[in-house]
Amino acid sequence: MAAISLDRLSKRYGGNPVLDAVSLDIQDGEFLTLLGPSGCGKSTLLRVIAGLESQDSGGVAIGGVAVDGLRPKQRDVAMVFQSYALYPHMTVAANMALPLKMRRLTLLQRLPIVCRLLARTRATLRQIEEDVRRTAAALEIEHVLDRKPGQLSGGQRQRVAVGRAMVRRPSVFLMDEPLSNLDAKLRVTMRAEIKELHRRLGVTFVYVTHDQAEAMTLSDRVAVMLDGKLRQVGRPLEIYADPAERRVAEFIGSPKITMIEARVGEGGQVHVGSRLLPIETAQPPGSLIVLGIRPEAFTLVAPGAEGELLAGRVRLVEHLGSDLYIHLEGAGQAEPVIARLDAAQAPHIGIGEQIHLAVHAERMLLFASDGRRIRAATDRRPVAVVSGLRAAARAEYAR
Amino acid sequence: MSRADHRLSWPVAMARHALLLAGSGLMLLPFVWMISLSLKPPEEIFRSSFSLLPQHWYVIENYAKALTAAALPRYMANGVLVCASILALQILICAPCAYALAKLEFAGRDLLFRLVLVGLLIPHQVLAVPLFILGYRVGLLNSYAALIFPFVVSPFGIFLFRQFFRSIPDEIVHAARLDGLSELAIVWRIMLPMAMPTIVAFSILSVVAHWNDLFWPLIAVKSPKLMPPALGVVIFRGGEASTEYGPLMAGAVLVILPLVLAFIVVQRWFIEGLTSTSLK
Amino acid sequence: MSAVNAPSYDASSRQPDGIRQVRALPRRRPGEVFAAVALAGPAMALLLVLFILPVVAIVAVAVTDWQFGTRSLNFIGLANFRAIFADDIFLASLRNTAIYVSIVMPGTVLGGLAIALLIESGDSLRGFYRAIHFLPFMATLAAMATVWEALLHPTIGLVNNTFAAVGLPTANWLRDETTVLPVLAVIGIWQNLGFAMVLFLAGLKSIPQDLYDAADIDGADQWLDRLITVTLPMLGPIAMFVVVVVALRAFEAFDTVQILTQGGPGHASELLLHTLYRESFEFLRAGYGAAITVVFLVIAITLTLIQARLIDKRVHYQ
Repeated sequence: MAAISLDRLSKRYGGNPVLDAVSLDIQDGEFLTLLGPSGCGKSTLLRVIAGLESQDSGGVAIGGVAVDGLRPKQRDVAMVFQSYALYPHMTVAANMALPLKMRRLTLLQRLPIVCRLLARTRATLRQIEEDVRRTAAALEIEHVLDRKPGQLSGGQRQRVAVGRAMVRRPSVFLMDEPLSNLDAKLRVTMRAEIKELHRRLGVTFVYVTHDQAEAMTLSDRVAVMLDGKLRQVGRPLEIYADPAERRVAEFIGSPKITMIEARVGEGGQVHVGSRLLPIETAQPPGSLIVLGIRPEAFTLVAPGAEGELLAGRVRLVEHLGSDLYIHLEGAGQAEPVIARLDAAQAPHIGIGEQIHLAVHAERMLLFASDGRRIRAATDRRPVAVVSGLRAAARAEYAR
Repeated sequence: MSRADHRLSWPVAMARHALLLAGSGLMLLPFVWMISLSLKPPEEIFRSSFSLLPQHWYVIENYAKALTAAALPRYMANGVLVCASILALQILICAPCAYALAKLEFAGRDLLFRLVLVGLLIPHQVLAVPLFILGYRVGLLNSYAALIFPFVVSPFGIFLFRQFFRSIPDEIVHAARLDGLSELAIVWRIMLPMAMPTIVAFSILSVVAHWNDLFWPLIAVKSPKLMPPALGVVIFRGGEASTEYGPLMAGAVLVILPLVLAFIVVQRWFIEGLTSTSLK
Repeated sequence: MSAVNAPSYDASSRQPDGIRQVRALPRRRPGEVFAAVALAGPAMALLLVLFILPVVAIVAVAVTDWQFGTRSLNFIGLANFRAIFADDIFLASLRNTAIYVSIVMPGTVLGGLAIALLIESGDSLRGFYRAIHFLPFMATLAAMATVWEALLHPTIGLVNNTFAAVGLPTANWLRDETTVLPVLAVIGIWQNLGFAMVLFLAGLKSIPQDLYDAADIDGADQWLDRLITVTLPMLGPIAMFVVVVVALRAFEAFDTVQILTQGGPGHASELLLHTLYRESFEFLRAGYGAAITVVFLVIAITLTLIQARLIDKRVHYQ
């Protein structure tokens, strides 16, 4: 079986760390997504798992066996590339047959003339052809087996790339942004197909993407990478609702989370400007902390109402049917505050209007000035809030 | 980057270097031998035992003879003059034509371009006899003009520039027209500066070809005063120096030197220019 | 500019229909035709005089009995062609050229490919090796031919001295009918190898790294498998191109023959271009020389057209 275990992987390119002590255990059969902005090291991590690149230090084990120093061929992994990397001079059938030929035939048998002479080779070749055909049928690309990649559409090429990976039944599937070369509509379709493929094959998938929607919809767990470090690993909703640090909170979620500076007063009280918040923290008095608030955590209140956190002038209103996004400025913040309100609740907010927003204490995320997540003393969060947030978050991801 | 994992093990890396050094040795052998002979006095050249460096240095004698006995400086000056004239005229004549073919709409444009393609098909040596007759009739033979005129228009140059001009967006041409530039001014002030890489590549090819050309000069000029370097070497060798390897080799070194030096200084341009123009 | 544009504005203002005006403007403006004539005219006139008409002339001369300096000119059909194809020297020249090309072309292409693969297989000294192998292509062949003559000198040449020292047979390389053509071909390979190498290096650079990664994952990770699975097939189109270009260059070999052998001994190293030169400019047999030129032209054009077809193919390849 093929659980993957990464132990303190580090790698540098010319002095710059691209992987910084990355440790991660991926369960057998799990769909794990490496999510991060471009240049964060997620592709490098995938290539280290594949054996296409070697780490400077640390270890990779697949199925409990250390594979460091093993070639990709010996690791029983298959990979789908962003560019698909199909061999342009070979037919689809030959592309898909290649990994099987490389494994099932000896060098002598692969020689163009010799191979036809040996009865055993012929039998093996027939078997390979049969396997290719079966895989092609499963992916509905049987009718293009005799074509070359240049004659295929983007979606077909994508399927052939998946087929080439699938055909030899690897225990690990590695995918490097496999959908990024497709147009938006096809991407959604193929996303569903990859999910379905994972369900059917039941093997371990490691999927690299910078697209949050892909990560959220496909994954069992998401590993967020920033600057070569794994920042947080968890179920998609956990990552969203319970980020481990400020940068994860800022990277995940669209529109972006609002960050408000706050000050810790006597006895762990938290102040924003002159307002006292109904939460307490163990941070030392006088220190600065940051309050993170998701757009949907805001509620519209009357001026001076209890729990009012901030007020500002409406700069932009985006109507999304059931909801609307309000961009507020002058709320004492450098960047505009974005709030998501129920359309029914806030029927006619106009641009330039002064509005007041409150946030329930449970929905405030607290970060220390160094970005660490800190827990508020009154924070009884995880379970209750996660379940409460689920509906909103799901609507968010499905966009 | 994944090549890193295919880094050669050291025996393989050594084998690579061994093979490439052997190849380099064979490639360089004539150059090394040329320089070696150009340093030696005759008696050492004709000794059957050989060494790379001379026992008695004969550098000044050999090179002085190459520079004085034959009109080597004259040949090389001729080479510079002829190559520069050809290149200047080629750009002057081909670039506007290429612009017209790339950016102007007029009847017969495709026909003209087809004519250029036909010109591209013709090896220049095929034209020798008719051009010789033409030169003879016009009275051009045995002059600098004789060396230059067959090459003033280069189908390859037109083709190359046209391909490049086509890759420039039409908007730039339109903007230049709105700014009040004439079509000729567009070619000189907008198009050619943008085409600098193509110009460099084409210049290298043109200069190398005509500095090294032997076939046409052999036909076109008889007077030693007009000869370009390649022909000059032949005359030098055929004349008095046929057994005087020292001065002959010194002459060869001097003829080859300008291009080789230029090549070493701007190696990248040479190779990239050659590749990009060949593969287009 | 105003001179160019003014007529078109005049033309459009005469149009009663505003919509058609807009469409009429960017289409063929009279000024543009004028500019085109001014810009393309000189080049086209020269192209006609220096390229197209000479080709017509050479074909015309080939079917007449015209000689340099004579005024009489009679149509004699294919008599010149019958004469050259009955001429042993011409036939020897044709045969020698075929042999020469069939040595130089594979030698240069395979050698250039091997050097390019070797250079690209490692990281160190790439630029150095590339420059050195390219050097002969740059150097004036006429000058280098005299160096080769010294190297191949029967008594004092380095080649014979070395061969004798290690017990290999020696020869008077350029004066022996059996060795002269292969020796010229070796010089041809020496000169063109770097050219082929540079083209192959460019081809190697254009192979996407992803394909090698995919080959690794698919298990084609040995040197030979990578070569067969990715490198060679991806080089295929460029290799066909190099084959034709090198064949053309070999076919046009002249300098070494002219300087080193003058086609001798006997006619053992007579190559087509040298024969063409001799008949036309030394023996001044214009019709005869023209017929050879036409044969030369036909072969060269055939090679070039093959190349053009192959480049078209390359576009469809991806």
